[in-house]
Amino acid sequence: MEPLATQQLHDLVRDAERAISEAPDINALEALRVRYLGKKGVLTDQLKRIGSLAADQRPAFGQAVNIAKDAVAQSIEARRDALHKAAMQQQLVRDHLDVTLPGRGAGIGGLHPITRTLERLTDIFLRMGFEVADGPEIEDDFHNFEALNIPPDHPARAMHDTFYVERGGLLRTHTSPVQIRYMLENPPPFRVIAPGRVYRCDSDMTHTPMFHQIEGLAVAEKVSFADLKGVLIHFLQQFFETSLEVRLRPSYFPFTEPSAEVDISCVFCEGNGCRVCKQSGWLEVLGCGMVHPRVFQHAGVDPERYSGYAFGLGVERMGMLRYGVDDIRLYFDNDLRFLEQF
Amino acid sequence: MIVSEHWLREWIDPDLDTAGLVDKLTMAGLEVDSIGRAGEALPDIVIGLILQAAPHPDADKLQVCEVNAGGKQPLQVVCGAANARPGLRVPLALAGARLPGGHRIEPTRLRGVASQGMLCSGSDLGLEELSEGLLELDADAVPGQPVDQYLQLDDAIIEIDLTPNRGDCLSILGIARELNVLTGAPLKRRDVPGWPAEHDQVIPLAVQAQELCPRYVGRVVNGVDGGARSPVWMRERLRRSGVRPINAVVDITNYVMLELGQPMHAFDKRRLRGGIVVRTARARERISLLDDSEIDLSPGSLVIADRDKPIALAGIMGGRDSAVDDSTCAVVLEAAHFSPAAVVGKARLYGKHTESSHRFERGVDAELPRVACQYASALLRRLAGAEPGPLMEVAARRHLPARAAVKVRGSRVIQLLGTDIPGREVSTILQRVAKRVQRRNDVWTVRPPSFRFDLHEECDLIEEVARVRGYDRIPAARPVMEVGAGTRPESWLPLRRIREALVDRDYREAINYSFVDPALQGSLTTEPWVSLANPLASNMSAMRNSLWPGLLTAAINNLKRQQSRVRLFEIGKTFHPRGARDHDEMERLGGVATGDAGPPHWDRDLRAMDFFDVKGDLEAVLAMTRESNNIAFRNVEHPALHPGQGSEIVKAGRRVGLLGRLHPQLQTKLDLDQAVFLFEFELHCLQQGRVPSYRKVSRFPAIRRDLAILVSEDTTARDVLECVRTTVGEHLSKLELFDVYRGEGVDSGRKSLAFSLTLQSSSRTLTDVEVDSIMTQTLDALRARHGAELRS
Repeated sequence: MEPLATQQLHDLVRDAERAISEAPDINALEALRVRYLGKKGVLTDQLKRIGSLAADQRPAFGQAVNIAKDAVAQSIEARRDALHKAAMQQQLVRDHLDVTLPGRGAGIGGLHPITRTLERLTDIFLRMGFEVADGPEIEDDFHNFEALNIPPDHPARAMHDTFYVERGGLLRTHTSPVQIRYMLENPPPFRVIAPGRVYRCDSDMTHTPMFHQIEGLAVAEKVSFADLKGVLIHFLQQFFETSLEVRLRPSYFPFTEPSAEVDISCVFCEGNGCRVCKQSGWLEVLGCGMVHPRVFQHAGVDPERYSGYAFGLGVERMGMLRYGVDDIRLYFDNDLRFLEQF
Repeated sequence: MIVSEHWLREWIDPDLDTAGLVDKLTMAGLEVDSIGRAGEALPDIVIGLILQAAPHPDADKLQVCEVNAGGKQPLQVVCGAANARPGLRVPLALAGARLPGGHRIEPTRLRGVASQGMLCSGSDLGLEELSEGLLELDADAVPGQPVDQYLQLDDAIIEIDLTPNRGDCLSILGIARELNVLTGAPLKRRDVPGWPAEHDQVIPLAVQAQELCPRYVGRVVNGVDGGARSPVWMRERLRRSGVRPINAVVDITNYVMLELGQPMHAFDKRRLRGGIVVRTARARERISLLDDSEIDLSPGSLVIADRDKPIALAGIMGGRDSAVDDSTCAVVLEAAHFSPAAVVGKARLYGKHTESSHRFERGVDAELPRVACQYASALLRRLAGAEPGPLMEVAARRHLPARAAVKVRGSRVIQLLGTDIPGREVSTILQRVAKRVQRRNDVWTVRPPSFRFDLHEECDLIEEVARVRGYDRIPAARPVMEVGAGTRPESWLPLRRIREALVDRDYREAINYSFVDPALQGSLTTEPWVSLANPLASNMSAMRNSLWPGLLTAAINNLKRQQSRVRLFEIGKTFHPRGARDHDEMERLGGVATGDAGPPHWDRDLRAMDFFDVKGDLEAVLAMTRESNNIAFRNVEHPALHPGQGSEIVKAGRRVGLLGRLHPQLQTKLDLDQAVFLFEFELHCLQQGRVPSYRKVSRFPAIRRDLAILVSEDTTARDVLECVRTTVGEHLSKLELFDVYRGEGVDSGRKSLAFSLTLQSSSRTLTDVEVDSIMTQTLDALRARHGAELRS
């Protein structure tokens, strides 16, 4: 084939560009590339023929062919891009998902609300420098009553409907015996809490025969009622995450003197009065006081040198106030429809 | 303790309204439980004076009464009450009145006779449950006066939840005294009236148990009408205090108890054989009580007896045989001081908790018996025309409660309360509480009053100072944050982490009672347990020795509630007898799982949960201890578990847990139609782990080789893997079992196990020759020890 004239080169490029733009896919495009630009391609072939031209025509011809080659190469690249984009587009459309379909999860369980409550309570006290102590649930009379200044036949025993174990011993009616056990083994100063199960043989709308308490005890040379008040107010405000009002009312426990019941402004009506607080605006949440000197004596602590405070609170009640649970018995039914809410 | 505000204000009238009074009491530790009204407002119900009562011409049981209702003209009212009689003052519901029950009174005709209203009984007005006849008002009732006004039905009824240390407040006098201390308002009454002897009749009086009864005061009162009623005002006060009116004599003794706090009793004098002896019960003595019960007295119980037999359970309840009844014409009044020890526990023992025992258990002022006896006599004289004799008294002073002086140090007040209270203020408060107070510098010497049984020690009086002054006036100290002393060692896995791991694996935490059904427990374990002596119910009588009875019950209950998939765990104590009397408590983690392997999903087929699903959950938890290599699962026979799907978990040669499928027999017995898996661990074995220890990461390439072998069915995966591990030794960096196959191509009784070994040296690149040799040795060992053959 003879070297082409300029016009013919133009035509060739035009034909090539049309074919390229119409190439339906990458394979067809590749065939066109081979046809025009491959080793044996039309334009490559033209360059090989440059030798048959006169020396003075060669530069111009060479330039023209190279321009033509570039033009075709560019067209091919452009088409390749377009084809890639289109292919990607199609792939993306094919990949479309209904993202509202549920994921392939394994499910997640949950903590019991008592545990949840206990963990929050414990955390707050740990951050105030309290340690966690533990004691047995089958107790003896000494630790559960006697050492706590509740001698046999004390009227306060009537308030503790006690479960007795056939072989001797009793189910602890409160977490207070841990106070005695801890003091007998650890010299002051210390701050300690003791969470755990307690038992009273009582079962009705508002009582379950088993429930949970947290006992608190702090003993040092100068621990006062003012310290007790400070710790409790801090703890209650942290637990309920609000600066609720706290009031201490005189009360009676054989193992503390002075003793107090602690009320908070009702968390349901903010103290305005509602069904839960019996219109009083206050909710009773815990009992506390300064450790009675006779308790110190039973536990081997010098009551002249040391003073201390103790408090005890019902975990179920705290959970009920926090989460709005209205029936204590729900805690021990283990009904999934209840547990799933925590 | 129920208090009528009107009655209380007769004794003390502080400048406080009802709400202020209630708040004062509550904030002083006398917690007010409720405030009610003595009765509903009764519009159009007035006092009527019956002028005449004539038989109804056409009805046997009706009378036609002419009633003065305060107007100019008497009203005509037809009445069916037997006690309607001229001169009687009764409530009259006028036309238009509405009774508390809702009944509306209209002018009407009864058997042809016009009736312009209705004469009312106590129950008609909502004052009594049941009434016999019209409510007979006293002579001071003025015709036409509204009845609610006359009866003061707007009286606030204040119910106080007294703590057991405040027995001194179990009376109107006691509450008044307390208000005097709290407010400084003066007592309006200082004492109560008495009555001198009008005859000289006495009876023999002996106290044998002087320690339990250090003071006994009695009085013979003649001229009593046992059938007489007490006046309306007294019956109203009793009613408002929660005490049922009976007859004038009994009402008066109760009235004195409510007002002063001294329980009293009246014996019918005719029924006494000989005199009165206060003694302890003898063996096999019995007594019939006022409530018609008959009890066997336990020896040592304090009784009041006559010559022949016990006539009252001292301080608790009188006997039936000596009770005042309609025919009584003379009584012996009793006002005694029984020590708390005489009564405490006895009321409970006999199941007789009474107003009297409630007070004696908490302590009654030993100075009260004479005063109370005098007061009751005066009331009997005034209201019933009775004639009291001389006061009889037996007292053993050395057994009366002694009131030792108590020293209160100012320094101790500051130490305990954390606030500096001015000495002047301490003096004022102690003075009000105790009257007998001396101050020397910063030390007060206080002699508590006879009625305050709760004041023995310095701290008791410091509490009084804080209480009377107000707890709200003690400042709250800023909590001092201190560094916590002990943290758990790092090797100890926090409980929280274990809980969270199970929660993340789709278990919900349960909390079950620690007492379970012994029948169910017996079918799940073979170990002994501890029983409760006084369980709430027989199916709550066994202390659990495993978490399974509770968890299984919870699972069954949930399945019954149409839940098909249940996965629960619990952490708690189990109880195990040791020796004859001792027991151990163990912290355990237990779980139950049943239903589908996972929650339903649109792109996955449902599959029933099996052993390995649950085992995988446990392995994940166990792996956190980094002790997996020391923990082995081994087939085990256990009564609760499927014989082929039960496993014990062994750590350092000791069983620390169990996992398995509930025995199909139990499954059937419990009416379960799906497989249930159970597990239980000693908690400490899940918590005791290892601190991580870094080993250098090898720079040399790892080579993976797979090996598939055939072994007999009774060769366990563990046997094979253990053999590989020991044979390969240090170059084995990973060993994974990736296939178990039975079926075509494998003889029955055999199975194919395929696993991959990753081999790597920490010091060089392993050569092909070395690797080949390792693989050959491994196969040889498997052949030799487990009869394995290479699967081709």
